[in-house]
Amino acid sequence: MLLEVKNLRAGYGPTQVLFGLDFAVAEGGVTALLGANGAGKTTTLRAVSGLIRPEGEVLLSGQRIAGLMTESIARLGVAHVPDGRGTFMELTVEENFRLGAYTRRDPDVAADFARMWEWFPRLKQRWRQQAGTLSGGEQQMLAIARALLLRPKLLLLDEPSFGLAPLIVQDIFAILRRIREESGVGILLVEQNANLALDLADHAYLLETGRIVMSGPAAEIRQDEAIRRSYLGY
Amino acid sequence: MEAFLLQLAAGIATGGIYASVALAIVMIYQATHHVNFAQGEMATLSTFIALTMIQAGLPYWVAFAGTLVVSFVMGALVERLIMRPVQHAPILTHVGVYIGMLLIIGNMTGWVFGYTIQMFPSPFEGGKPMLGGLFSSHQLGSVVVTLAVLILVYLFFTKTSLGLAMRAAAYNPRSARLVGIRVDVMLALGWGLAAAIGSVAGMMVAPIVFLDPNMMLGILLYAFAGALLGGIDNPPGAVMGGFLVGVLENLAGAYIVGTDLKLTVALVIIIGVLVLKPSGLFGRVVFTRV
Repeated sequence: MLLEVKNLRAGYGPTQVLFGLDFAVAEGGVTALLGANGAGKTTTLRAVSGLIRPEGEVLLSGQRIAGLMTESIARLGVAHVPDGRGTFMELTVEENFRLGAYTRRDPDVAADFARMWEWFPRLKQRWRQQAGTLSGGEQQMLAIARALLLRPKLLLLDEPSFGLAPLIVQDIFAILRRIREESGVGILLVEQNANLALDLADHAYLLETGRIVMSGPAAEIRQDEAIRRSYLGY
Repeated sequence: MEAFLLQLAAGIATGGIYASVALAIVMIYQATHHVNFAQGEMATLSTFIALTMIQAGLPYWVAFAGTLVVSFVMGALVERLIMRPVQHAPILTHVGVYIGMLLIIGNMTGWVFGYTIQMFPSPFEGGKPMLGGLFSSHQLGSVVVTLAVLILVYLFFTKTSLGLAMRAAAYNPRSARLVGIRVDVMLALGWGLAAAIGSVAGMMVAPIVFLDPNMMLGILLYAFAGALLGGIDNPPGAVMGGFLVGVLENLAGAYIVGTDLKLTVALVIIIGVLVLKPSGLFGRVVFTRV
């Protein structure tokens, strides 16, 4: 397993949000975390990337990462695209790219830049523009490119569809599908739009107020009428 | 006409000093998004350290390099020991700490080195007046040093990945950590670099105004006006601003308001910029889409 999480508990100060989660992401696989607002999806991603300190076990390729600092977890190969995207609005697209690859010393960085331009041609057109002037969709693309330039083993995506027009959302998920096929990175995806997420994922977990209430292969969850009605609402 | 040119040259020369202090202020601002009021006092302390090394018999440029190193370490230590514990405190706490440091470092310097006004040597002394007698060799030398420091800082921030990482850490610490930047190390580096730049300013100004613990008090105000005028987030702008303030101050002092009201010029510039063009003449207006 690429990522194994056991009995994960976390929260903010006195408020506990997660009450013992167990889940996993397979090597090169896509795992979706579904659930309503306030279920703890964003908190789960923050606990994995170290933005908040969790209790319990978080294993990345068997190595314990719970309790490490965010920057160390990033250096071990976890790239988090947080809510609010985590791009550098004041800097140019080019500078955001350079920062994405900041920790890397290998000679393939230039090749990875070219790969990102291929996946996200619009970012190449905006190369010298300040990131804050990009459209919402372009900013989300920049956020994903920035994260992939770390050449991560695991990509954490927090609601890539948030606040975007439906057509742009389709574009972004088409690119994610391509990234999944061409890069072999494991993805832990948080998404409100269950339909989209289950299309991309091979495994899914359903969160309700900080607990996992259901899990299984994405295809099965998609077809289960009862789950769809009671949890996914469509 | 010749009197005017002389005033202009003197303005450019003092402007060079304001420019280098303004550059130190902007450095801290780039790394922390705060303005360190104790920048001048730290520079004065560095200059006394340089004088001690020179009096101990070290050649000027060896003492110069040594002072850069000592100042860098001092700046990084201030960040580690004083700023780090109040990292998450509200902005007013930071202002309080800066004012406290201004008083403590200023008085400590006086206590250790005394309040007597001392001569400080210039590495450019002894040359003949240059450019038609308008500049002394020290004035010209210190302008060249300021511009050299500026070019180095500019290249560091725009061309090196460490400089880019420092800017990123200041703009958005959380995102910076997510790409693997050690934000706490960047802050300490920023403070160290600013203290080193400040020490260069101190060593260039001391031969002109003489060295005493309050040497930088007035200069900091002019430098701050320069930094604001040029744009607080823009190193080349701050240097231009510093030169402009020097020239304006000198010309206004000679022809308009008289020497007594010179300091007022700096204050008028500060208020004028804040009211009319808060981003400064060369500052970048940052766009955010909502």
